Amino acid sequence: MKAFNYSPEHLTSNRRLFWIAAVLGVIMMAPVAWIIGLSLKDNAELLRGTEAVFNMPYTLVNYANILESSSVFGWFMNSMIVAVGQTFGVLLLSSLAGYAFARLEFPFRKTLFIIVLFGLAVPEQAVIIARHQMFNWFDLHNTHIGLILPNLSSAFGVFLMTQFFRAIPKEIDEAAMLDNTSTFRIFWKVLLPLTLPAQATLGIFTFLQAWNDYWWPLISATKSDMYTLTIGIASSQTNFAQSEGLGFLGAQAVFASLPVVIVYIFFQRHIVTAVSGGAVK
Amino acid sequence: MAESYRRSRWTNGLFVVPYLSVFLTLLVFPLGWGIWLSLNKVDLFGGERFIGLKNYARVLSDPIFGQAVKNTLIFVGVSVPTLVILGLFLALALNKTSKGSSFLRGLFFASSILSVTIVTLIWRIVFIPNDGLMSLIFEFFGWQPIGFLSTTGWSLFSVGVATVWWCIGLPMMLFLAALQQIPKDLYEAAALDNASRWRVLTRITLPSIKSTIMLVAIIQVVMQFQLFGQAQLMTNGGPAGSSRPIVMYIYEVGFLRWDIGMGAAASQILFLIILCAAMLQYWVSTRKEEVDA
Repeated sequence: MKAFNYSPEHLTSNRRLFWIAAVLGVIMMAPVAWIIGLSLKDNAELLRGTEAVFNMPYTLVNYANILESSSVFGWFMNSMIVAVGQTFGVLLLSSLAGYAFARLEFPFRKTLFIIVLFGLAVPEQAVIIARHQMFNWFDLHNTHIGLILPNLSSAFGVFLMTQFFRAIPKEIDEAAMLDNTSTFRIFWKVLLPLTLPAQATLGIFTFLQAWNDYWWPLISATKSDMYTLTIGIASSQTNFAQSEGLGFLGAQAVFASLPVVIVYIFFQRHIVTAVSGGAVK
Repeated sequence: MAESYRRSRWTNGLFVVPYLSVFLTLLVFPLGWGIWLSLNKVDLFGGERFIGLKNYARVLSDPIFGQAVKNTLIFVGVSVPTLVILGLFLALALNKTSKGSSFLRGLFFASSILSVTIVTLIWRIVFIPNDGLMSLIFEFFGWQPIGFLSTTGWSLFSVGVATVWWCIGLPMMLFLAALQQIPKDLYEAAALDNASRWRVLTRITLPSIKSTIMLVAIIQVVMQFQLFGQAQLMTNGGPAGSSRPIVMYIYEVGFLRWDIGMGAAASQILFLIILCAAMLQYWVSTRKEEVDA
């Protein structure tokens, strides 16, 4: 009998479907191409009509203007500080807790883990008003710490790290125990290095979330020098086309997305694992 | 030695103390405090007066809240099926190992990594009258121009277009992951029977990923109920409140009017609606399976 040529791929997809998807892909990219086109045009020329996008000449003047405008650069730095701070915080807290939940015995372990899992179900707006008041009491608004702290409470990282620690073979820490190593040293020297791919996955995911966070920075960072890039861009949208011109707005959009696009290009696999890994068994 | 490592010791619990203290102060406490605030009349200088369920009554009798609920329900009702069906279609079309498929998968997921501000900036520039990409296309075909963001019938629709564009990557990826899990021998059996493509899809593929379809739908319902940034930035809820979602109502009441008690009440109501919607979907899905069996 001849070997079958029926892999799942052959039965679930075909050339026609692929080409429809390709056309959808082009439609999907059209707005992005449009923005990049605008960002490369002189604003005065765009005022006479945006059809100018399709013709020469192109210029980088809008990007030069961004780098000169100190506020955009400051927002960029705020976003960096907040996103990096949040990433390290989440990695540290989630690794410690994930290790203990997966590997150690202590009183109320199961109960505590279930309570943390319930935290996954609480949406941001159920707590945001009370959080805003609390941060008022401690004068934490318009500070980097105030922007970093709230998302450290997210249960997702703990959940993910617990899964990753469970996947490490038990023989590895059992071997380390024979050498009379302390619990903390087993965690720090033996197991943590093995979770590096998991750290990358969770870290990249957290970074992207922090970079793109909208509602909390909107109400917490109210002084323009404390804006993150997301909020800064939103604030310059309010007086839209009249003031800066479409080319400058387009360049802002491209500039603000550059870090995440670069992260995406290099770490696509990790990002996809992070978003789908927890959900599909 | 190995025994003592496995034994239950309270010192082992120290590893979870850092996270749990953040969890308690920044999630559990605000959750409880939010419920307390919703039962109080709160003035800006920090004074609270217990008024029972009055805030809830005020929210529920506010016609603007009613309109926001209606808008949100319409938005969820249209955007979620679109995301599920389109995501499923893309997953089926791109479930191949070829370079082209892998490129397109990357492309469809790429928009999900952008922030809401960038997404809305892109779509506002696409939708602006006269100079936007849309109006150039309409002009090219000689169609009557539409004020996408400024017309009552179109504003919520335009927010929906931007949302689907932004969110389509996750459903597609979840469906792809599920398609990979279907055992190959099911398809080999179908090949022996000479089953048609359509039969394979409806008899093997879709039943095998039923639980993922439900999962994607629940995730999307929960996410789309929380619509906020797109509407706030693209239309500011207008015109005449025709695209104001519930979360934007909470934002306006709690952070622009500073009526904290009422805002907290509205956010508890939304929390309840989301929980019910997710539970209802879960219940419907598990019930169907029982009927099938």
